Amino acid sequence: MSAVSIRNVFKSFGAVQVIQGISMDIKDGEFVVMVGPSGCGKSTLLRMVAGLETITTGEIAIGERVVNNLEPKDRDIAMVFQNYALYPHMSVRDNMAYGLKIQGRPKTDIDARVQRAAEILELAQLLKRRPRELSGGQRQRVAMGRAIVREPRVFLFDEPLSNLDAKLRVQMRSELQALHQRLMTTTLYVTHDQVEAMTLAHRMLVMNAGKTEQIGAPLEVYSKPATTFVAAFIGSPPMNLIPGRITEGGKALASDGDVHARLPEARPALDGRNVLLGVRPEHFEICEPDAAMLSPDIDFIELLGSDSLVYGHLGADKAGARMAARLHTSVVAKEGRLPLRFDPQYMHLFDPETGKRIEE
Amino acid sequence: MVERRPVLTFLAHAVLVLGALIVAFPIYVTFVASTLTVEEIMSVPMPLLPGGHLIENYKQVLFAGTTTGSRAAVDRMLLNSLVMALVVPIGKMSISILSAFAIVYFRFPLRNFFFWMIFVTLMLPVEVRIIPTFQVIAGLGMLNTFAGLTLPLIASATATFLFRQFFMTIPDELAEAARMDGAGPMRFFWDVVVPLSKTSMAALFVIQFIYGWNQYLWPLLITTDETMYTAVIGIKRMIVGGDAANEWNLIMATAMLTMLPPALVVLLMQKWFVKGLVETEK
Amino acid sequence: MEKRVTFRSAWLPYVLVAPQLAITVVFFFWPASQAVWYSFQLQDAFGLSSQFVGFENFRTLFRDPHYLQSFKTTAVFSIAVAGCGIAISLLLATMADRVIRGALVYKTVLIWPYAVAAAVAGVLWAFLFAPSIGIVTYVLKGFGIDWNWILKGDQAMLLIIIASVWKQISYNFLFFLAGLQSIPKSLIEAAAIDGAGPARRFWSIVIPLLSPTSFFLLVVNIVYAFFDTFGVIDATTMGGPAQATQILVYKVYRDGVHAADIGGSSAQSVILMIIVIALTAVQFRFIERKVQY
Repeated sequence: MSAVSIRNVFKSFGAVQVIQGISMDIKDGEFVVMVGPSGCGKSTLLRMVAGLETITTGEIAIGERVVNNLEPKDRDIAMVFQNYALYPHMSVRDNMAYGLKIQGRPKTDIDARVQRAAEILELAQLLKRRPRELSGGQRQRVAMGRAIVREPRVFLFDEPLSNLDAKLRVQMRSELQALHQRLMTTTLYVTHDQVEAMTLAHRMLVMNAGKTEQIGAPLEVYSKPATTFVAAFIGSPPMNLIPGRITEGGKALASDGDVHARLPEARPALDGRNVLLGVRPEHFEICEPDAAMLSPDIDFIELLGSDSLVYGHLGADKAGARMAARLHTSVVAKEGRLPLRFDPQYMHLFDPETGKRIEE
Repeated sequence: MVERRPVLTFLAHAVLVLGALIVAFPIYVTFVASTLTVEEIMSVPMPLLPGGHLIENYKQVLFAGTTTGSRAAVDRMLLNSLVMALVVPIGKMSISILSAFAIVYFRFPLRNFFFWMIFVTLMLPVEVRIIPTFQVIAGLGMLNTFAGLTLPLIASATATFLFRQFFMTIPDELAEAARMDGAGPMRFFWDVVVPLSKTSMAALFVIQFIYGWNQYLWPLLITTDETMYTAVIGIKRMIVGGDAANEWNLIMATAMLTMLPPALVVLLMQKWFVKGLVETEK
Repeated sequence: MEKRVTFRSAWLPYVLVAPQLAITVVFFFWPASQAVWYSFQLQDAFGLSSQFVGFENFRTLFRDPHYLQSFKTTAVFSIAVAGCGIAISLLLATMADRVIRGALVYKTVLIWPYAVAAAVAGVLWAFLFAPSIGIVTYVLKGFGIDWNWILKGDQAMLLIIIASVWKQISYNFLFFLAGLQSIPKSLIEAAAIDGAGPARRFWSIVIPLLSPTSFFLLVVNIVYAFFDTFGVIDATTMGGPAQATQILVYKVYRDGVHAADIGGSSAQSVILMIIVIALTAVQFRFIERKVQY
């Protein structure tokens, strides 16, 4: 069994508390991505699972065992570092074999494992080379090879694709997916890139300032963000958050005379309440002015070929909220008001003070 | 050089050639003197072209010594110099790489204290503490021994600093990867740190070899037995008076022999030599 | 300045540091503190007993005209060696930076005096300048200059200065060359476009940018002149004639070894220690600001 259990973990560096009570149960064979902005503590959390950082309070268990006081080498895990951390003076083969050598495995066993990993990662031709003779993508694969040969219970990835160029990143993402399909090893993966998170994860842990914002499958996090932070973090451009108020006895939402939308179902309990209206830019469409739910004053437009990204402000004299819309046509107008509507089922409501989602 | 100014380039070459000549001139004269007889040298001015006595002068000096001043044979002295020139760098590097590793990769109480203790040794060269060091060596019964010649010179911290500075540039992730691979600190040291330090060690070796070979004051103090003289001391001991009555041809032959090994090391390992100089002083 | 990654062990770091620490304590701290101890003692004529006399040794020193003269000699010597050494090497390095062809040859020739021992350098130049048989003496006589460093104090000083500078040129040259080569070419080019000629560029850009190197070399050269030149002096003038070339460190040696004046010699050692510590502290404080990891 290689489930990982993070139980109410706290971490402080001196007086600064960087991880504040995170809990998550990761199932055997699951690919979990820990995502969040720089400094949110995701790498620290990963390193605590690895054993490279101590745990201030709380428990981390791998399988059935609590590993708080175990050295990394005793946890049956393997890690792929952001900067690959390959031993510069050793060949690719020796890099991959090093950990096995220390474990004292027989040479035949080591050779077999290295060969298998090299084949999976298409490194068989490169075994004799030194790291400095390899490209970034090749080095990354060697780092993965080093992890694979150990046949660990858990893989830990610390922003492994950050140092690759965009095209290579896309390619490596699909290779990572294929790898996981093949090996089915429990994986913890840290990234700040929400696209990586969305494409690779079975489930995501969205973090902010050391706290859990939301845990869920990618589509769930996308379609039902638990907080404004998650709403704004996932999706590009981020979800629009427009201040407004529930009116008409809970049937509609209005703001500054500029927004008028009907709720998908009447919510009398919310009547009169200030809320944040959340709508993703991709859920807008252009309509007739009298059918418009909101009409932003255009600031500028980015034409992407297939789509147009329209950026504008609501309110008179652009004094209202800023917003963005992704439309599937080429927008010809360059200024003025653009009448937009959206399907009410794509409406999200958040409490302006707590940032939390208002449930249906 | 931004513009092409032939005059300045010519001037630059002229200055450099002049500099090279001034630098090379004493060596050349020494070489010539080592191939002449005493009488030829005494006849003023000394001839400036090499004479015909090269082999016999060197043979005599190597195996028989001079007839004035000390009479020690130079071959033994060269050997002693070689021992110093090898033991000092190797000894220094061995203890320094270990303590640098400890200071950089471990956190332990008294770490800063040890660091400063070692650092302080950089400030006081052996010349400042000669008398008491002499007494310590005498007290330990190490006069006229190789141990006495080399141990006090191993005490300085230049190597520790070089290694420390280098270790700081080793990425943290390398140590973490090694830890994940199951390597303990000493394993990491042998398998990763030492191989990566090879260039620093080469650079240090060149500088310390020269330092050990050219030591003067310290061997002067603690060797009274002629068989323990180093080559540099040997030369001084061959000179009796300031001017004449010295077998200059033999003295110069000894000087050539004494200058040869360090010069070879500098020439053959020039790259590491330059690196070693520039980095030890940072 | 801290590594993020550290190993944990209660005993291993101590074991690793032990050899160096042991040697440092036995061969450095113990003798150094002994020197301080002796400087406060006065030994009787037979060296059998000693008596604590406080600062008496120091006071005697500062009343001793020979000692004060030694200070002056050392000052003159070190300023001359540092000054000439730096000026000449700077000139050579600047020229070497300009030429492309033959640069490697020049460099090779110019750096290897570093390999020559100080004492040997002294012997070589003493031979050239030997009063009766030296080549240079012969040439000087042709110009009507009467050269005899064995008798004339000034000339003896000149001899050791020449020998010391000759040996140190390589070291300074290498550092200046490295310093020059680290000046971004774009700065020089910008100045040229602004209309500055080579001389102007040299004085207003190169020299200021070289000042950390120059300062560093200044301190190093002074320390070199204080200590590493012992071999030069002992192999040639031996402090003479009439102590004209007796720099401080040489006096420590003479008084301690030949005159067996342990107290006085130790007091001199202590004073030298203080001077060196001051110089090194200045250097370290200045340089440390520039070093980043």
